[in-house]
Parts: sequence; C-alpha cells; structure tokens
Amino acid sequence: MGGPTPNRRAVLKTCLLGASAAALAQPVFAQARPKVVVIGGGFAGATCARFLKRHGLDVALVERNRTYVSCPMSNAVVTGLRPMDGQKFGYDMIRAEGIAVIHEHAARIDPQARQVRLDNGTILQYDRLVLAPGIDMRFDALPGYDAAVAENVPHAWKAGPQTTLLQRQLEEMEDGGVVVMSVPPVPYRCPPGPYERASLIAHYLKTRKPKSKLIVLDAKDSFSKQRLFQNAWKELYPDTLEWVGLSQGGQVTAFEREGKTFVTDFERYKADVANVIPPQKAGAIAFAAQVTDRSGWCPIDPVTFESTLQPNIHVIGDSAIAGAMPKSAFSANAQAKVCAEAVAMLLEDGVPTSPKLINTCYSLVAPDYGISVAGVYAPAKGVLADIEGAGGVSPLDAPASVRATEARYAEAWFETVTAEVFG
Amino acid sequence: MAMRTVLGVVVLLSAGPALAQQPAPLPLTKEPPGASSCSGCHGRSGGIPAIKAKSADEVAAAMLEYRAGQGSPTVMDRISRGFTEQEIRDIASWIVQPR
Repeated sequence: MGGPTPNRRAVLKTCLLGASAAALAQPVFAQARPKVVVIGGGFAGATCARFLKRHGLDVALVERNRTYVSCPMSNAVVTGLRPMDGQKFGYDMIRAEGIAVIHEHAARIDPQARQVRLDNGTILQYDRLVLAPGIDMRFDALPGYDAAVAENVPHAWKAGPQTTLLQRQLEEMEDGGVVVMSVPPVPYRCPPGPYERASLIAHYLKTRKPKSKLIVLDAKDSFSKQRLFQNAWKELYPDTLEWVGLSQGGQVTAFEREGKTFVTDFERYKADVANVIPPQKAGAIAFAAQVTDRSGWCPIDPVTFESTLQPNIHVIGDSAIAGAMPKSAFSANAQAKVCAEAVAMLLEDGVPTSPKLINTCYSLVAPDYGISVAGVYAPAKGVLADIEGAGGVSPLDAPASVRATEARYAEAWFETVTAEVFG
Repeated sequence: MAMRTVLGVVVLLSAGPALAQQPAPLPLTKEPPGASSCSGCHGRSGGIPAIKAKSADEVAAAMLEYRAGQGSPTVMDRISRGFTEQEIRDIASWIVQPR
C-alpha cells in the first residue's frame, strides 16, 4: 500500500521519456530534468539520493525495505547497551524532499537500454544509475555455514532480525558458557567491527556472566586498530577474551551445525553461542548490472565512482572497490556526496574535478571507552589512495578522559550522520 | 576569494533555464576537495563541536592549528594533515555558507 502512487508516477515518466527521447536532447528542462535512479537506501544510497535532488535532478530511490536498520552501533544492541529502536530509520523525510521512494526489489538492469526493471514489472528509465546495494554474505565460502544455518547461528553482519537473534542467544546463555566468533579475511564490511563486537561481548560477559568466555577465531594476523584493541583487552578483559590469529591457527575451515563447532586445521571449538561472520561480496543487483569483477566487488573510477565496467552506472558504499577507503558508513556517506556532485556535473557535460574524501570510524571497547581511526583519501593512479602523513588511529597512551570523549563522539557521529541521511 | 568563486557559480546557474524553478540548488561546481565529508560529523545536532556558528577564519585557524600539532583535538589533527593550507581555507569558506 502507499506504493502505487510513486510507481504510477514512475511508469508515466518512463512513457514520457520513451516517447520523447529526441525532445529530451533539447533544453526543455522544466518538465524533463535528467533522471537518476538510486538503488539501495542505506548510508550511501539515501545520502546520494538527497544530494542528487539538491543538485536539481529528478531522483528515484529504490529500496525494498520500508525501514532501514543501521549496522553502526548495532554491536551495542547485541550486548544490551542500546535499544533496537534506535537503529531504525524511515524514508518519510526523503520522500518529502520530492524524491520518488519506491519500496520494491530491483530485479534486473539493462545497461544498454539504461533501464531498471522492478519485481512488480515497473521499468525505470535513467540517464545515470547509482548502485548502493551494500553487501551479501558468501554462503558458499565456509563449508557448513549457509543461509539456512544462519537462521539459528547468526552472522548479525546485516542489522535487523540477525542482531536480535544474537542478542537473545547471549542473553539466554548460562554463566560459564563459551561464545565463539569467527572473523573473515579482508575485505568485508566495517574492518574494525568484529573487534568492537568482541570487546562489547567481553564487556557483557564480564559484567553479567563472569564465568563465561569469548574466543575470537581470526583468518588474519593483523587488523584495524589492533594495538589499541589488544591493549584494551589486556587491561579490561584478560580472563574473558581470547583472540586466536591466523598464525595461531585461527582460520576456520568448516562449521558444524550440530554442536555448533568451529573447525580449524588444529582444533575444534565448540560454542554455546556461535557468531560466524562469513566472507562477503557486493549486493546481488551489482552482479545483475554486471559491474562486479572476479573479486565479487565493483571497480570504480575514483573521481566519479562510475563503474569501470559499465558506463552511466556509479557504485558507492560497501560494494565499491574504493582503494584505501574502508567499507564503513562514514565512507559511504562521504562517497555519496562526492558521487552526487560528479553525476550532476556529468549530466551538465561538465568535467568533475579530483575530490578528497574523509573517513572516521569509532569503535567502542567498553561503554565509556572509544577509539578511532581516520583517513583522508584522493585519487592516485586510478584508485582512492591514502594521503600520506594524514590519518591514523587514536594515541596508544591516551588518558581515560580521551577514551571517554571518543566514546561520546561515537554516539554523536551516529546521531549527526543519521540525521543527514534520514532526518 | 573562494567565497567569490562560489557566489559566481550560483549566479551563473540561476541564470540558466534548467534550474530556474528549483528550490535553491547547491552550486554544481567546486566543492573544495574534502569539504562535503565534514557534515558527516559536524551537523545540526550537538555532541561533536559544531562549526556552523563559526566564521571561515575561525574554522581555518582551528584546522591549521591542529595540522601544526597544536591544541588537543581527537581526530581533527589526523584529518587536517590530509590538506594543504589553501585547501583548508577553501573548505572553511565553503562550509560556513548556508545550504
């Protein structure tokens, strides 16, 4: 319900566009502004839709869900520090700006005809398309862990029912239980996210179920903000959290549903609560649009975020190969604004100039203990590269007051960015 | 200087037929490199120090100070080192504009 109006409008526009393709080339813009379709209403897509609209373009935002559930801060929901409702955002304010928000699933894309086909049969014609589909799990990557298993053994790496499931399992676990979590090799959504989750689970166990233990099985030896995390773990959770890196045998080779057992080359780890964070890939529509390469992610031009594989299609957010920029909500939001300007420029036959982009990611190690990593990026040799001398992590020797300030900033950032994207 | 450039662009655009009926479009060109990232943290709500009430000179002065290793920021020292002095001045002029 509520869907038919924008859909009908979209169909009408499609007809108009189809009927008057020649007229479109003329500057008759008052009725027929260039049309941009954005697929995916997360931090990247919703931001981009808004900024495209502010650049004077005709924008349709295609997002299957009526409510967006944010991954950032969801580790605090898993561990009972935040309510789930604080993660949820709607699209009313975006719609109120004159963006056609269409709650349908985009099924197919025809890059040659520049058309998006929705599940309900609607065809959207675009001058430029922005894809922001986020991630999908690679359920073929870890033997024994597929979509069916995930219904009982959460990854919780897309926020929503999975978040609630992991939260409930932790809550129901008896004191003395063992939580086991596995972490994939890079690239994956939110590089420091698994370690924030490990920290907050350890905090939950230490304060609520002190005889319990968390084992983190990692497919790598080094990770984001590693020394900061490990110093904090030593200080805060020495008896609760055990991290097993790749060279200590941390790589999980299979998961056994019966008995919730993680199998490595050296050992078997039986869990009372298991959290498998599987390897990931770009969201399905990126594959349908043929903008993915063999890595399963989307190569892009670092100035415009246009796919290097399909003209007139831009890819932003977690599914893009953004060089040194991490797959984070902050990056997604920053990329979306740069991409919107580039798209607007290109539609006016302008030449986008080389951008710079910023990322800042906060992680909570405990409720009042935050750490951050920041970076500044610019196109260099065809990719978004780190600007040397800039960026880096919080100081290793900072006093508790700085950690408390960064914990506050983590929350403040979340409030500010979600207001910009959805508010 | 940067401000004059931005205003010039606005005038040019408003003169075009395409955008005549649009509600205050953003200037199409010349977001100074990096400037649009700022609003991810520095928005209307509080928490992280607001920059909207500051002047371009104040913003530039703060960033240049952090860039030189002075003051006690948390992340802005790490971020400001990614920009030249001119880029910082351009960003400062741009972000204090209402939009």
